[in-house]
Amino acid sequence: MTALLEIGGLKAYYGATQALHGLAFSLDKGGITTLLGANGAGKTTTLRAICGMVRREGTIRFDGQPIDTMATEDIVRLGVAHVPEGRGTFVGLSVEENLKIASYGRRDKTHVPRDLELVFTYFPRLKERIHQQAGTLSGGEQQMLAIARALMLGPRLMLLDEPSFGLAPLIVQEIFHIMRRINEEEGVSMLLVEQNAALALDLADNAYVLETGNVVMAGPAADIRNDEGIRKSYLGY
Amino acid sequence: MTAITSAAPMTDDPRRSLGSYAMIGLLVLAAALPFLVGKSGWISNFTFLQLSLMIVYAIAVLGLNLLTGFNGQISLGHGAFFAVGAYTAAILIDQYSVNAWLTLPIAAILCFVIGYLFGLPALRLEGHYLALATFGLAIAVPQMLKYRHLEPFTNGVMGINLIKPDPPFGLPLSSDQWMYLAVLVVAVFMFWMARNLLNSRPGRAMTAIRDHTMAAGTMGIDTSRYKATVFGISALYVGVAGALHAIIFEFVSPDSFRFELSIAILVGAVVGGVASLPGAVIGGIFVQFIEKYADAMTKKISQAIHLPLELQPWTLYGLTLIVLIYVMPGGIAGGLAMLWAKIKPRQGG
Repeated sequence: MTALLEIGGLKAYYGATQALHGLAFSLDKGGITTLLGANGAGKTTTLRAICGMVRREGTIRFDGQPIDTMATEDIVRLGVAHVPEGRGTFVGLSVEENLKIASYGRRDKTHVPRDLELVFTYFPRLKERIHQQAGTLSGGEQQMLAIARALMLGPRLMLLDEPSFGLAPLIVQEIFHIMRRINEEEGVSMLLVEQNAALALDLADNAYVLETGNVVMAGPAADIRNDEGIRKSYLGY
Repeated sequence: MTAITSAAPMTDDPRRSLGSYAMIGLLVLAAALPFLVGKSGWISNFTFLQLSLMIVYAIAVLGLNLLTGFNGQISLGHGAFFAVGAYTAAILIDQYSVNAWLTLPIAAILCFVIGYLFGLPALRLEGHYLALATFGLAIAVPQMLKYRHLEPFTNGVMGINLIKPDPPFGLPLSSDQWMYLAVLVVAVFMFWMARNLLNSRPGRAMTAIRDHTMAAGTMGIDTSRYKATVFGISALYVGVAGALHAIIFEFVSPDSFRFELSIAILVGAVVGGVASLPGAVIGGIFVQFIEKYADAMTKKISQAIHLPLELQPWTLYGLTLIVLIYVMPGGIAGGLAMLWAKIKPRQGG
């Protein structure tokens, strides 16, 4: 397998504060990779650095192409869809408008109806609420909307920032199940950031464990799940 | 400024068509008004001037509304763009004998460029910081208009006197009636453009940036350029309002555009209802009506109810503002929408 995303010596800064200290990892085409670690380990920052939302240094290659100096909107156009922490719902717009925003940068609009249909096969619940103002959706529905919106971009790589945040376990299961289907049926690679390590390791093929801006552990998700030492010292379960 | 909620969410429902018929009817009536009145005088020329000023302020409030209500950026300095628009019109008419109506697009373009250029560095600022930077603009511009080196153009503190254009084609109207009509047409055009903008993809992108700037970025929207462009468009609207003000008021001076004007426009936007086009009209009426009559009304009311203490000017204005914001946090437009939702017959029992 070739690497879809290659990251080397990645440093990121919030003002004068350095949040990542030379992070290096890669992500295979077609797989689901998870970034684990405690609060403040740099998981969210890593996703933001990939998308160019924080000041960053180092090499980031997407499908062989360097993207470390590109603007966010151009990275999105290459096929990197970021589902931000806290869902990022456009509360004043309807569900449909939220989804159509994704077609914003595309010249060719002919496939928008088809994309909408595709998204609704994964998220039938959003179809029921298509004209509803997005701010009035439940938390789980808003998370679905966030993923659906990212899917509308026709991405090759989805960056998912804590999709389980603040949701009931049953809804989380449903959403993770849909993510697995999208990964398999649409061939969308995923980089998943999660606090819920058990859940993430069940879904992912590979895992990296971060600690204060460095990778401290890497390997197939199954190995990390079965290593009691790692689980106890880094993942807390 | 992520906490701004829309006063009247756009929804597809049948009363929208009813509403648009009502609006067209009102507009036809408003346009027919000067012809109906003619020279009979039962609506004075002074009242027509007042109406024109309301419409002008409505355009200005709309401009700020696009920025604050629909894009989530705050400005305490839009009076500066009003001044630039007004002076552009005044100088072109006074020094270069340009046709008054031709000065509108020129003021519009100039204000767009200045607004865009100001918006570029302002992008790095958010919330309170943007408010302060724009406030600085409101303080600086009237002073800059007094510069000695600009005096050949601006006539310094004395300002510039203008003469308003006469009605064309021998229309049976007074010049105030004609101004009112012209201002109304410009306003309808500006509101129509704003509505089209907001209902388009760029308009939804504007709203998305307001709701969640970062998420808008993840959708491939160039948020920085967008915010600067919206700043430019917003300045354009306020600049056109300024130019119209100069033409109908027949006078500009630096002190007409003190920073209170910026605050008045912001108050108009909030009281009318942010993120609402009808709210901008209400806001314009509020700016002209309440501001100008609050003093007189304060006196009248305190005399009428024999208040033992003397109410200072602006008391009523301040009280009105507090009560309005308390009772209708979504502005008057939002309040009316809520009221309508309460009284409308429930569907399907």
